[in-house]
Amino acid sequence: MDLTPVLSLSQVSKAFGAVRAVREVSLDLYPGEVHALAGENGAGKSTLVKILSGVHRPDTGRILLDGEPVEFAGPADAQQAGVAVIYQEPTLFPDLSVMENIFMGRQPRSRFGIDRRAMREAASALFTRLGVRLDPDQPARGLSIADQQLVEIAKALSRQARVLVMDEPTAALSGNEVARLFGVAKTLREQGCALLFISHRLEEMFELCTRVTTLRDGGHVATDLIADITPDDLVRRMVGRELDALFPKQETDAGEVALKVGRLTREGVFTDVSFEVRRGEIVALAGLVGAGRSEVARAIFGIDRWDAGSVEVGGRRLRPASPTAAMAAGLALVPEDRRQQGLVMDLSIERNIGLAGPAAVRRGPLVSRAAERSRAADWAVRLRLKYARLADPVDVLSGGNQQKVVLAKWLARGPSVLIVDEPTRGIDVGTKAEVHRLLSELAGSGVAVLMISSELPEVLGMADRVLVMHEGRLVAELPRAQATEETVMAAATGRSAA
Amino acid sequence: MTATATSAESVRGGGARRLVDRVARVRELGIVIALAVLFAVTGAVNPTFLGYASLRDILLNSAIVALLAVGQTLVVITRNVDLSVSSVVGLTAFGGALVLADNPGVPVAVVIAGCVLLGAVCGAVNGLLVGVAKVPALVATLGTLYAFRGIDYAWAGGRQVNAADMPDSFLALGTSSVLGVPLPALVALVVLLVVGWMLRNLRSGRELYAIGSNPEAAVLAGIRVRRRIVAAFVAGGALAGLAGVLWAARFGTVDATVATGKELDVIAAVVVGGVAIFGGSGTVYGAALGALLLASITSALAVLRVDALAQTAINGALLIAAIVLDRILALRVAAALRRRRFRDAA
Repeated sequence: MDLTPVLSLSQVSKAFGAVRAVREVSLDLYPGEVHALAGENGAGKSTLVKILSGVHRPDTGRILLDGEPVEFAGPADAQQAGVAVIYQEPTLFPDLSVMENIFMGRQPRSRFGIDRRAMREAASALFTRLGVRLDPDQPARGLSIADQQLVEIAKALSRQARVLVMDEPTAALSGNEVARLFGVAKTLREQGCALLFISHRLEEMFELCTRVTTLRDGGHVATDLIADITPDDLVRRMVGRELDALFPKQETDAGEVALKVGRLTREGVFTDVSFEVRRGEIVALAGLVGAGRSEVARAIFGIDRWDAGSVEVGGRRLRPASPTAAMAAGLALVPEDRRQQGLVMDLSIERNIGLAGPAAVRRGPLVSRAAERSRAADWAVRLRLKYARLADPVDVLSGGNQQKVVLAKWLARGPSVLIVDEPTRGIDVGTKAEVHRLLSELAGSGVAVLMISSELPEVLGMADRVLVMHEGRLVAELPRAQATEETVMAAATGRSAA
Repeated sequence: MTATATSAESVRGGGARRLVDRVARVRELGIVIALAVLFAVTGAVNPTFLGYASLRDILLNSAIVALLAVGQTLVVITRNVDLSVSSVVGLTAFGGALVLADNPGVPVAVVIAGCVLLGAVCGAVNGLLVGVAKVPALVATLGTLYAFRGIDYAWAGGRQVNAADMPDSFLALGTSSVLGVPLPALVALVVLLVVGWMLRNLRSGRELYAIGSNPEAAVLAGIRVRRRIVAAFVAGGALAGLAGVLWAARFGTVDATVATGKELDVIAAVVVGGVAIFGGSGTVYGAALGALLLASITSALAVLRVDALAQTAINGALLIAAIVLDRILALRVAAALRRRRFRDAA
């Protein structure tokens, strides 16, 4: 085998403002190897991928192609060099057909412009090679995530990519689809492609990869041969500490039912979802990206309509499609994307905290600044918020502290049911533990917590019960004692008969 | 090799393709049906509406807006908008007329080329502001709408050019016919066919759709987004310059206020014609049909003796109806795709 790596990163660093996303990381990719990139959320994997794909330029360090230093001024350069990236969220053109998505900018041409027949045949040939059934003329809008990824892989194949980076490609796939993807990956490996594979599922790394590089908090921890280490070793490298200390869920006695969801259905999104959350309980809603978890939360909170079923809060039926009614009934929703949905980034900390509960800080028709400030100060202390001044825009806070502001906003209303969607995504480890402590305390004080999380350790450590969704259906309900990484993942990927 | 794939696929993917095709065609077909109904009803009330003189008038009236709608479509497809077209028409119409009036010896072809070039320069200013300086198109072209008109006023200084000041060979551009079809309409038709072909069959044409459909993905796909956006504005500006020439030739009397407010008619035509205002889909054929429909309605309302003030309101209602129709169709397509995907998954 060739001893020169196709692509190397040498001592690469990248910072965004004060956040050092990647610190002096080196990585060699050899032809014919599948290299795993491991690390927790926020460890710097995505930034590294964006450096490889030319989206970000490293602040320091070099990129070597066939041993020669190169600079990627943009994604076009990286593609030219044979680097193709399959992103977690495929980036397709929804209005255009599948074949145009594959060949955009490189459509086969005849004398009379684009040769659609040749393009259709080439696309079909690629799909045959991948062993998948897709219609080249179908618009990309409406494809499942798995199919969108296949379009992306077909695109990479058509470009004769030498380095294929797959950023959590399996996160939203079912068992069959994963097997199919691995088949494709192995074929590419045999053809001399270098693959960089990112996944949160350890067993997939151990099945597919030859080497693994682990990142933690932006730094390089180790590069090992998969054969030399065990999954436990890998977890220890990723986390850098024992798991038990991280998730301090207090034992509480479950009280009366606070939230009751009955046969909730939104056509084409989720079907027949029924569950209860009791006061003092933390119930986790686990599943793969795209399984319909956030959609269920949005429907419960009244953002989206539902087609059938019911939601009861404290024994009273909730009016559908009304966030106002949901809030009045004591529901609170901390959304997945805090920058877009949870906060007004330009507004101050105190104003953001005051947003969801104006009644308490109102004097007649006006908002009382003094009342707003004192309430914000009170919550800042209770949540141990780290800030310079309450009048600062939330934009300047770290991700974890921003999340605390979102929490404070809702907690200030004194909700009886709190729904949190990915509460610790993109938050550093220390603050993560604090958010967990907070959720645990809330449950202890009698709040019913429904937590959507894609991080298994968080689910297993925090939840009294684990509900698992797969393709729009609730497929398993596991009490704490039975919830393990294996049982949850099996249900989430549809591999169990549950 | 594709035999198994296609036979199995025709059930699953074919349904979606048919659906989307149908919706896309429904828009253009819908306009054709609306035109047919309009002509049938108005013709029944007043048969002169279907006469040659009336049809010729409608073609003449819609030609310039159709030409501008084609240019506007290029820009709208990329998820931008050009509000300054009317000012570019005014500037080029007046500029061309003035040069001809002051220098009778200048060949007409040179004047046409000059107007198109001037339009392209105006388009380049818009393109650089939007594509390179990243000023939102709505704001940038609103600014140039005033700026270009201001240049026009300063240049004119209150002057007016009359038909008598311009050579007949130039005026013929706006008034003569070929086989009974007015020349401006033929020009618009040729431009329509050429641009329509380019958008469908050239890589650069497809890239305009890609940019409007998903700007971030366009960057990741290595498309030179900036260059394409500038090009779309330049082409739109050049077509506005051509429209300015036709305007001057057709109306003969030109001052600095020419075409004021026309940009809204153009955008209305584009939207009625089914071009998505947020980019990524729609055709120039639809936009041109939209222009034809709006011009026909204006004529029909005049024939039916509807108050001129009410006509504006009716045009507005039509525009809203078109957008509502779009929205309903889009929601239905999304729901159908969702349901289908779900069925397949189960």
